[in-house]
Amino acid sequence: MLFKLSFRNMKKSFKDYAIYFLTLVLGVAIFYMFNSLDSQQAMLQVSESQKQIITLMIDMLGVVSIFVAVVLGLLIVYANNFLINRRKKEFGIYMTLGMGKRQISKIILLETILVGILSLIAGIVIGVFASQFMSILVGKMFEADMSSFRFVFSQDACIKTCICFAVVYVAVMIFNTFTISRYKLINLLTAIKKNEEVKIKNPVISILIFIIAVAVLSYAYWIVTGGINKLNSMDKLIWPILMGIGSTIAIFWSLSGFVLRLIQAKKSTYLKSTNMFVLRQLNNKINTTVISMSVICLMLFMTISVLSASLSLNDKVQKELVRLTPIDLNLYKDANLPESYKTYSGKTAKYSETRREDSKITVEETLINNGFDMNLLKDVVNIPIYAIEEMKWKDFFGDIFPEVKQEFPRLNYETKEEIIKVSDYNKIAQLYGIKQFELQDNEYIVLCDFQNMVTLRERVLQEGNILTIAGTRYVPKYDQCQDGFIDMSASSINTGILLVPDSCNLGQEQIGKYFMAANYNVNTENEKKEIEKIFAEESSSLLQNFKKNDIEIDGVTKITIIESSKGLTASIVFIAIYLGIVFLIASSAILALKQLTESSDNKQRYLILRKIGCDEKMINKALFRQIGIVFMLPLVLAIIHSIFGIQFALSTMTAITSTDELIPSIIATVCIMGAVYGLYFLATYLGSKNIIKEEV
Amino acid sequence: MSTVLEVKNIEKYYGNKSNLTKAIDNVSFKVEQGEFVGIMGASGSGKTTLLNCISTIDRVTAGQIVINGQDITRLKGNNLNKFRREELGFIFQDFNLLDTLTCFENIALALTIQKVKPREIQNRVKNVAEKLGITEILKKYPYQISGGQKQRVASARAIVTDPKLILADEPTGALDSKAARQLLESFESLNQKMNATILMVTHDAFTASYADRIIFIKDGKIFNELIKGNSSRKQFFEKIIEVQTLLGGDLNDVI
Repeated sequence: MLFKLSFRNMKKSFKDYAIYFLTLVLGVAIFYMFNSLDSQQAMLQVSESQKQIITLMIDMLGVVSIFVAVVLGLLIVYANNFLINRRKKEFGIYMTLGMGKRQISKIILLETILVGILSLIAGIVIGVFASQFMSILVGKMFEADMSSFRFVFSQDACIKTCICFAVVYVAVMIFNTFTISRYKLINLLTAIKKNEEVKIKNPVISILIFIIAVAVLSYAYWIVTGGINKLNSMDKLIWPILMGIGSTIAIFWSLSGFVLRLIQAKKSTYLKSTNMFVLRQLNNKINTTVISMSVICLMLFMTISVLSASLSLNDKVQKELVRLTPIDLNLYKDANLPESYKTYSGKTAKYSETRREDSKITVEETLINNGFDMNLLKDVVNIPIYAIEEMKWKDFFGDIFPEVKQEFPRLNYETKEEIIKVSDYNKIAQLYGIKQFELQDNEYIVLCDFQNMVTLRERVLQEGNILTIAGTRYVPKYDQCQDGFIDMSASSINTGILLVPDSCNLGQEQIGKYFMAANYNVNTENEKKEIEKIFAEESSSLLQNFKKNDIEIDGVTKITIIESSKGLTASIVFIAIYLGIVFLIASSAILALKQLTESSDNKQRYLILRKIGCDEKMINKALFRQIGIVFMLPLVLAIIHSIFGIQFALSTMTAITSTDELIPSIIATVCIMGAVYGLYFLATYLGSKNIIKEEV
Repeated sequence: MSTVLEVKNIEKYYGNKSNLTKAIDNVSFKVEQGEFVGIMGASGSGKTTLLNCISTIDRVTAGQIVINGQDITRLKGNNLNKFRREELGFIFQDFNLLDTLTCFENIALALTIQKVKPREIQNRVKNVAEKLGITEILKKYPYQISGGQKQRVASARAIVTDPKLILADEPTGALDSKAARQLLESFESLNQKMNATILMVTHDAFTASYADRIIFIKDGKIFNELIKGNSSRKQFFEKIIEVQTLLGGDLNDVI
């Protein structure tokens, strides 16, 4: 009997359940999709070094999933609470019929279980299909071989999803029982008619606040874009953020009053059809929903910026990679090791004799000594990098060093500058295909592309900073840092190289590092991977020999950089998308439920409209506009926020990005957002339409 | 004088074959232009059903209702809404004012949904407000004014569209006696000065005594009809009480 009742209830209030159901299904589907990543086809095809990154990503996703489960759980409890409130009268009737609270709780329990099971099934089915599409995206990002398509179902993810949501449903049940037990019959029966008193704001204050808020917001925008140069430390960023949040709230608080005033002044618009009614509705509504609208706006802002910034970040990183990894292999090792050194714990330790011997020869010689076949490499370039006691970072800054240190106390100013003779550098530059330099006998050049260091170094370069290296005085050739690097990396992180003329009095004794760059002497990608193993796998004879002779050589290869970088950005993008979509679902669901709650309050008002002769078309139009505007407002403001937010995000991500690169990711973001948000808007509109049609 | 409303042999059934309730059983009457007609009856007598049928909210089972020469039982959908919007004015027991709108806007709303020009709206609202003595409260919100004032604003909303017929459903039901008297006096003046045609449903004898003519309904049929004629309101009131007694004591107390 109870089962029948609950089932009928669900069928009857299907449209009320629509939002609830939508949220549950989307939540389950997203949860499944991201938790099934590891077993997706793309993941099975990736290389060994990427597997590590993917494991890391899966771990990260696991942690994020707990957070997501909590967010979704709270959301579901909130949505469920709305449904229970909607049905107060129904429960009141049950109670007058003599049904106990326990029995009512049972009905709700049954309903929750029914909805839960249905949504789990629907969600997982959708999730399974959607994850196939995601697999293609993943494959593209990790550049896995996707030629043979295979349908994947992840049992682990399915079980995990079920357990997670089962916990959420149990929480909902407990919450419901608790809510029901607090109800009093009289309140249940009279719950329907409650007209809150309308608080009217002073229009002059509204206008004033609105203007101030817009001004503050514009100033905050300016700080993060036009005035970005002054924004040199993270704690200064808090101000534009606080300003943004404050003005967002203030704008929502004052907007309706402001617009109302504006349109009221234009009688021909104000006194047309139901305009007046819709405006007043909004004005009334926004008064009571300022905070939730602001939160939704900021959540949408986060979603948009996170999604589009991370998507374009990925794009950008890929392009940087190509530029910064021109050859296959970089190897380097310390030169001229002293007899002993201080360990981190402060003890004195000694280098072995073989190690010290080895530190006097080039990398290439070391390789040959340890049985490496140099025929496997081509385009080999060996150069020395000099480092001297008299030229540390602090020496470079000279007179302004105390000033610089005060501003950036955490930099290690005891680091020795890397000094390279210009002809040595030009050999590398030729191999890399980057710009070569020429120097007079009394000149030096600073190569640096790490943005923060560039700013610092240019401060002294512009003063014509004279450096004394090995007894000779040198003046800067350029008052700006030049682009250039010798270490391959995933992004521009060259903190500084001093180029000096070949005549500079630096000899064997002043060499700090031996550096070697080379390409693999093969053509295909697979053959390269074979050679790569000699340097990457511990069991290779070369690395075994190194171990035996106590030799340390550091190095990076193009393949590892690209794979780890791609894996890392892909991981970030995934987590960003995951969180972004969850935020989006949460905020749209809250907005939708808020609207539905208000629609039940507004039932009376729409009934009056109907009574004084509005036809259904007019009423639906009014309702559509009312809900449409409430959905649009946070979105519009969020989009404006994001335009500046993304600019800021990109400008902090060092390299220059043209807006063209952003367009595809923005389109992708808009599509995802539009689909989810639009779905909720539609569900809200239909649900509200249904509610205002009910008899009071 | 022309006939504004003509009700011809209307019937309204509820239920199905096995359990048929006749809410209205063969009722016919006419209302002339400028008349103030009251309809009285106990609860359940069918008076609200009758009003609902006339106001096009409900449909009759049989018979015709002709308002201003148009048979409204044949109207459908949007035409019906348009007709209701343009030819009828409503006054409800619980005012039905929108709490989010000022009094001015509440009155204006009736015009804006008829797509009247904005400039005209202001003048018309002002005129009506003057006649009903609510000019001072036009800028206030419904929750800031008294019940009597609310009902006068509602009346202004009903009359501002210049309807052929004003339908009032227990207009004094939620008012105290002083406010009720003021409202009925404004009805009287609307009726006399603006030549408005008013059809009012009530069960209160005092309220009814302001009408020119009263139709009594019992069990869905017309039971009696009283015409005020030249008698004073007091005499008319006494006559009403007599009919009520005939109907079976005080209508409200009959079990």
